[in-house]
Amino acid sequence: MRHATSIVGLGVFSFLAILAAAFAHDNAFANHMWVLAIVLVISVIVLLRRENFQRAAPVDPSAYMDGPVRYGVIATMFWAVVGLLVGVVVALQLTYPALNIEPWFNFGRMRPLHTSGVIFAFCGNALICTSLYVVQRTSRARLFGGDLAWFVFWGYQLFIVMAATGYLLGISESREYAEPEWYIDIWLTIVWVAYLVVFLGTIVKRKEPHIYVANWFYLAFIVTVAMLHLVNNLSMPVSFLGSKSYSAFSGVQDALTQWWYGHNAVGFFLTAGFLGMMYYFVPKQANRPVYSYRLSIIHFWALIFLYIWAGPHHLHFTALPDWAQTLGMVFSIMLWMPSWGGMINGLMTLSGAWDKLRTDPIIRMMVAAIAFYGMSTFEGPMMSIKTVNSLSHYTDWTIGHVHSGALGWNGLIAFAALYYMVPKLWARERLYSMRMVSWHLWLATLGIVVYAAVMWVSGIQQGLMWREHDEQGFLVYSFVESVAALHPYYLIRSLGGALFLSGALLMAFNITMTILGYQRDEAPIGGALPAPQPAE
Amino acid sequence: MDYHTMRTFADSWGLLAMLVFFISASAFVFRPGSRDTSAEAALIPLKDDCDER
Repeated sequence: MRHATSIVGLGVFSFLAILAAAFAHDNAFANHMWVLAIVLVISVIVLLRRENFQRAAPVDPSAYMDGPVRYGVIATMFWAVVGLLVGVVVALQLTYPALNIEPWFNFGRMRPLHTSGVIFAFCGNALICTSLYVVQRTSRARLFGGDLAWFVFWGYQLFIVMAATGYLLGISESREYAEPEWYIDIWLTIVWVAYLVVFLGTIVKRKEPHIYVANWFYLAFIVTVAMLHLVNNLSMPVSFLGSKSYSAFSGVQDALTQWWYGHNAVGFFLTAGFLGMMYYFVPKQANRPVYSYRLSIIHFWALIFLYIWAGPHHLHFTALPDWAQTLGMVFSIMLWMPSWGGMINGLMTLSGAWDKLRTDPIIRMMVAAIAFYGMSTFEGPMMSIKTVNSLSHYTDWTIGHVHSGALGWNGLIAFAALYYMVPKLWARERLYSMRMVSWHLWLATLGIVVYAAVMWVSGIQQGLMWREHDEQGFLVYSFVESVAALHPYYLIRSLGGALFLSGALLMAFNITMTILGYQRDEAPIGGALPAPQPAE
Repeated sequence: MDYHTMRTFADSWGLLAMLVFFISASAFVFRPGSRDTSAEAALIPLKDDCDER
């Protein structure tokens, strides 16, 4: 009975979910609890069918625990495709409003599905699986806590499923990137604490005396996200079995807490954690140590000391006190330093190995990711300057900026890490196809460039139309005229997103074939070595 | 503790404490003898024996 505890636990919770559905305070909560009950009952059935009554083979305590990492790689790939697909759908909904299918699939419910899908489902799974991969290899120790790592993996997937179905049912706290309601937040807290225990426990029992810098970044990500999640989600449920809760803060305090959370979700979820990936996978793929280890430590301290203050730049020209707005702007500008220090450190790791850019598409993808990191961390502080922000705020420029960072930096570095890990995790000699990696890179890069460029044009045009006034001070354009003017840009934006999605589909195919053990018959990139010619 | 006490503490002692911590952390990285330690630490991911276990 290997799964006895899980089966009993899941059974009890399915029963509780059905009870919660029966006694629910509101309809949405009842529906959501039915979803939960169905998911849990299916898990019980799957576990019962996979039950094995033989005694489990003893675990080799010196071997790495890669099961959850393998599942994590597949989950990352799956959620990447789902999240990007929903992204293309919402882009098309903005272009053609007829595509809003009420009530479940209108833009208001689909948008958080897209943002949470790419940030928490895709990037979150990428972070969890790479961190568990990296921490074992740089600590030379097996994961701490035995099956706790499996709990983290499946618990996180349950969080994603509950959050996603909740959005479509209309259950939302309406806090950006923190839309899940109170009971899902509590569940995520439990999973996250388990994740911290697994990660920290592995570091504590490490055999390597030094804690490698990638683990510093991963640990900062885990700890800070726990703090942000707890403070931002302080809320009071209306009823014990209801889907609605109200924030502990009100007015501008609530807005500031929200954007303190929101910007640090970018800073620690999408930056610190992904820098952990950069500091492990770039040296591995280039087979060279990081350019300056001491710079990476400075990078770490400067980044975490500055990022936490930058949130107020989301609230320029609002009721937030002026000093707080200026503080947010100043810290955002200071962030240029660590960001570019880190970018230089990542890129210069290739010094002496630049020729690999010609022959290794995975390195090429990493370099493109770091370049996008540099570009978006330049653009961000610039947009936080109040005079720039007065033009850019609330326009599509912001959307373009977010996507050059998320698709370019997070997407590409996560894809590169997957391409690096898959042959190692499944003991394959190489990927199914290196040329498909190259195709993926160019489709993705072209997609991002189209997306970001068209959003610059659309955002600046939007900003200028909103502020245009005649000599008597009347606004020249109505709001709806500025909406109508954006139609062609929105169409092109969907095309950029579709290009990026097609690259991800190519990756899903490539990785699936690698896992299944196939190798595509293809000429190596960079051509065969020229035959040596005798000197004359 | 009301808002103003906290605000005054944050932009005086709190700020100083964080600044001192940051400067000492940065100085510690460049202490004499750290060159070798960090060069060694940079090689941790490249010790390849651990990859195929």
